[in-house]
Amino acid sequence: MSLEAQVALTLGRLELEVELVVATGELVVLLGPNGAGKTTLLRALAGLVALERGRVVLDGEVLEDTAAGTWVPTEARPIGFVFQDYLLFPHLSALENVAFGLRARGLAKAEARKRASGWLEWVGLAEHAGSRPRALSGGQAQRVALARAMVSDPRLLLLDEPLAALDAATRTEVRRDLRRHLASFDGTRLLVTHDPLEAMALADRLIVLEGGRITQTGNPDDVSAQPRSRYVAELVGVNLYRGRATGPTVQLADGGVLVVAGDHHGEVFAAVHPHAVALHRHRPEGTPRNVWAGTADSLEVVGDRVRVRVAGTVPVVAEVTPGAASELRLADGGPVWATVKATEVTIYPA
Amino acid sequence: MTAAVRRRRAGSPSGPRSRAGVPFLLLVPAGLAVGFLAVPLLGLLEETAWRDLPTELTSPIVLQALRLSLVCSVGAVAVSVVLGVPLAFLLARVEFPGRNLVRALTTLPMVFPPVVGGVALLLAFGRRGLVGQWLDRAFGITLPFTTAGAILAEAFVAMPFLVITCEAGLRAMDRRYEDAAATLGAGRWTTLRRVTLPLVAPSLGAGMALCWARALGEFGATITFAGNLPGVTQTMPLAVYIALETDLEAAIALSLVLLAVSLAVLIALRDRWFPSASA
Repeated sequence: MSLEAQVALTLGRLELEVELVVATGELVVLLGPNGAGKTTLLRALAGLVALERGRVVLDGEVLEDTAAGTWVPTEARPIGFVFQDYLLFPHLSALENVAFGLRARGLAKAEARKRASGWLEWVGLAEHAGSRPRALSGGQAQRVALARAMVSDPRLLLLDEPLAALDAATRTEVRRDLRRHLASFDGTRLLVTHDPLEAMALADRLIVLEGGRITQTGNPDDVSAQPRSRYVAELVGVNLYRGRATGPTVQLADGGVLVVAGDHHGEVFAAVHPHAVALHRHRPEGTPRNVWAGTADSLEVVGDRVRVRVAGTVPVVAEVTPGAASELRLADGGPVWATVKATEVTIYPA
Repeated sequence: MTAAVRRRRAGSPSGPRSRAGVPFLLLVPAGLAVGFLAVPLLGLLEETAWRDLPTELTSPIVLQALRLSLVCSVGAVAVSVVLGVPLAFLLARVEFPGRNLVRALTTLPMVFPPVVGGVALLLAFGRRGLVGQWLDRAFGITLPFTTAGAILAEAFVAMPFLVITCEAGLRAMDRRYEDAAATLGAGRWTTLRRVTLPLVAPSLGAGMALCWARALGEFGATITFAGNLPGVTQTMPLAVYIALETDLEAAIALSLVLLAVSLAVLIALRDRWFPSASA
């Protein structure tokens, strides 16, 4: 039981071309920057946007196949969709909103309301059954939207940035609740977000979408440990380089050379954590094999550390203590030498 | 310092200086404009014999015109809703070649002289008109100089108001609500009934109010196409026109009723047109 989809379509300037499989039981989170095509992908899976080429198969049932000319309209697909700003019908109460899916599919009013009541209770909003959406807080509206999407027992649950509309304070609490609610759903779940914290907290498996293409997929720990794109590297906070390895050296694509531990060959990624980068004002002599010159560009205080961006042939972000930063007067900029031990460079195939 | 003193001496309003930034001289023509618009209304209110008003309003000629106006204007709104709302949907939602032309066609009756509209209706639906002759021969239906004709004439001039307002409402509506309804299993008809129409109901209501007010006040098209037959096609505006010669009090009474209706519509729709004013 799963979702298998090959989606290819163009919308404005976005060219989406994606192949994915989501197994039942795994909560897959689609992570990517704004404009990557995440919402478009969800809408395509829901049938709100037509595919140019591709196939969508849910639990063995073909929902769409451009080659065969099959198309199941949105209203006939066994899906639930939680929209980014919930889109609760403003002219209906919370109860009527939740009951909508049941009544639309032909269930009698009384029975639909009874079931909707049960779902509202499950999300802890039984006493708000008669409230209009505008009277609900962000977190409450989100829960009503979730209940509304789940009430008809869909086989595929699609969530588009379900926490984006909430302020930071509410988000943590609602995320916990969401995790709990989603855990009890026994269909296929696909959630979209641009928030890496949300992705790491909720995902069983992560799919990174950038510019309409999947750049990386894996469980959150693997993805963090081995980023494969600048975007993920920035999220995780590591320096990422790409180059060709020949033995212990890696010739970087942008110029520059990295010396690494071990023997590697072929196209590789090289990841260096900022805390493994040391900065000096004069060329140091010592064991670190990677020594290069650069200019201290900008400083950023992150908690009790300072991140220094160094420009040069091999641009790098170093993490130092505030004391060290002031001792070297890094805030003034100027030339610096960066060193990285070969043993601190993580290499993995590209 | 001296400049400010100079201006104050020239006759600008005393007290804290207003920062509106409008040149003082503009107040003169603005004031004239207000007078120009207010004086005729004041004249009407002044000439009214307020004590005799109840008797006037219940005189046969007035009641007849009132009843007929009500029937025709409501009929016109009904025709406008049945034909106009689908048209609004078409214009708002469907991209088709010639859409701009159709929209221009829809707004045309708002712009050209109503009496010309009446003439056009006559040429189309008159006994020897384009469609009229067929209606007459096939069904024995004549439209000119009938109440149905009056309804048609009013609908012709008033429907554009409904279509335009509805179309604007449909365009302004967040269509993702319809997407949400679809994901919840609602087919097109269910979505229309339970989501789209309730969401555009305010625009629809406003459009109907405007349409009704316009239909009620129609004169040129009605008198040209439907004639001026008391009890059949003599709606209030026509009755006012006739009454001016013979029964001024009746004319004034009818005018007041029409004025009251216009005011009522204006007040009801003020939040739409003057959102800050009503805040």
